[in-house]
Amino acid sequence: MNEAASDIIHFDNVGLRYGTQPEVLRDLSFTLHPGSFYFLTGASGAGKTSLLKLLYLAQKPSRGAIRMFGNDVITLPREQLPQMRRRLGVVFQDFRLVNHLSAFDNVALPLRIAGVTEAELQTPVTDMLDWVGLSHRIDAVPATMSGGEQQRVAIARAVIGRPDLLVADEPTGNVDPEMAIKLLRLFEALNRLGTTVVVATHDVHLLKKVPNSLIMRLDKGRLSDPTGALRYPPRPSGPATKAGGDS
Amino acid sequence: MKLPPLIGRSLNRGLAPLGGENAASLIPRARLTGPVPWVLAIMIALTVLATAGGLALSNLANSARSDLSGALTVQIVEADQELLAQQSEAAQRILTDNPAVQSLRAVPQAELDALLEPWLGTGNAVDSVPMPALIDVQLRDAADAQQIDQLQAALAEQIPNVRVDAQSDWLRPVYSALSALQYLAAVLVILLAATSAAAVWLAVRSSFAAHRETIEIVHLLGGKDDQIARIFQRSVAIDALIGGIIGLLAGLLGVMLIGSRFAGLDSGMVAGGGLGVLDWVAIAAIPFAAILIAMLTARLNVMAALRRMI
Repeated sequence: MNEAASDIIHFDNVGLRYGTQPEVLRDLSFTLHPGSFYFLTGASGAGKTSLLKLLYLAQKPSRGAIRMFGNDVITLPREQLPQMRRRLGVVFQDFRLVNHLSAFDNVALPLRIAGVTEAELQTPVTDMLDWVGLSHRIDAVPATMSGGEQQRVAIARAVIGRPDLLVADEPTGNVDPEMAIKLLRLFEALNRLGTTVVVATHDVHLLKKVPNSLIMRLDKGRLSDPTGALRYPPRPSGPATKAGGDS
Repeated sequence: MKLPPLIGRSLNRGLAPLGGENAASLIPRARLTGPVPWVLAIMIALTVLATAGGLALSNLANSARSDLSGALTVQIVEADQELLAQQSEAAQRILTDNPAVQSLRAVPQAELDALLEPWLGTGNAVDSVPMPALIDVQLRDAADAQQIDQLQAALAEQIPNVRVDAQSDWLRPVYSALSALQYLAAVLVILLAATSAAAVWLAVRSSFAAHRETIEIVHLLGGKDDQIARIFQRSVAIDALIGGIIGLLAGLLGVMLIGSRFAGLDSGMVAGGGLGVLDWVAIAAIPFAAILIAMLTARLNVMAALRRMI
């Protein structure tokens, strides 16, 4: 199963329900390949955030199987999950910054958790904050930042460790169009370095900005394009989930 | 467009620990504004008082038992004073010859008179009341019923109206009361320790709830359960240390004050109820035990809460 082992994520007939409620995700089967760029779209309540939770290991499915980086996340011992999470970068829709930490400390947090020394992380964190236009806000705490600034800190935190998989939930929702393009370029740059990127958005204009991206569309908990073969603009046929096939 | 300044390589450093100041900064320090130090200070002060009281009572009881364990009183009742004197001398000879007897002392008439003075007045006792002869006897070992019976029998062969009593018998009700107080102190210490643990448990739960968002973030960024638990343990340990020092000082102040009051009684019995070096060591260990309990409850609490996350 070398091919499976090289996949970033493989979902097989996955379903998710909260408690005794009806399933919010149903029969999801798809594969995310290394170095691909995916947009996850769908109406509000379609299950985008629930799917992202499965992707960033905040939730286990009610049924089905999920393989991540070659491991079965359902049966993987709990103590090995942190190792998996450290290969992920997550941009939460509500940012989820640590409120009493400065912008610098928030961005440095995943590096510190991963054991990077203070000497090693000073320059990358400072440069990353400079790159997202927040060098003047390095000591600011989230409460004193605008929504856009907080979002940029959240994105900087997600990408600073050069993750194998970047999952972003509406990452450009609070920034101006210029910054949105800049952040997308950041995701593309990461993608070119080998990171698989999944961006959940309902902004159809955003899809045009990344020409080699693949689309996953959720509708009432089902993937309308479970193979991930459709591109934007959609093609009548194409190689299933060939990441950057024409890039 | 210029590439973002990403860190030079992908991070795959295993499960390195998150420690030191960076870990501590994840839980903002409330210092003395939080409930944990003060709850612990009160609990530790009470525990110190209860422990000191229990140990002092234990020492008091042991000292009294030790002093009186081999002590007997031989009482000879005889109306004829001349015969009484002869019987007393005979009894002293018999006792001196007995190998179980370490020492003896015939209680002088003046002491007997002094004993009755409060009731009979000065100078009237000897003439109006036939006083028994009393001999204080100290055995080599603790007196048991068999030894007392043997002495009684040996003396009774020559002295018909003799009676031998273990002095500890008179204090048996006092010992019983002291034992009850010791048990009470032990139960108090256990209850206080349990209450302290419960208070810390609640305080940690409250702190955990207040920082749940931070914990979830660290969890989702790859923080291990053990890492997160250690952050809380450290935070609680600092609180417990502060509370422990305050509580120990307050408790010691209380012990000193109570001790000075008892010392003022100038009673031979109470004098045996002091605290020894080991007792002070045990009292000084109370804050450390509290810190351990606090850290353990913090760890169990956080680990249990984290296990509810995937």
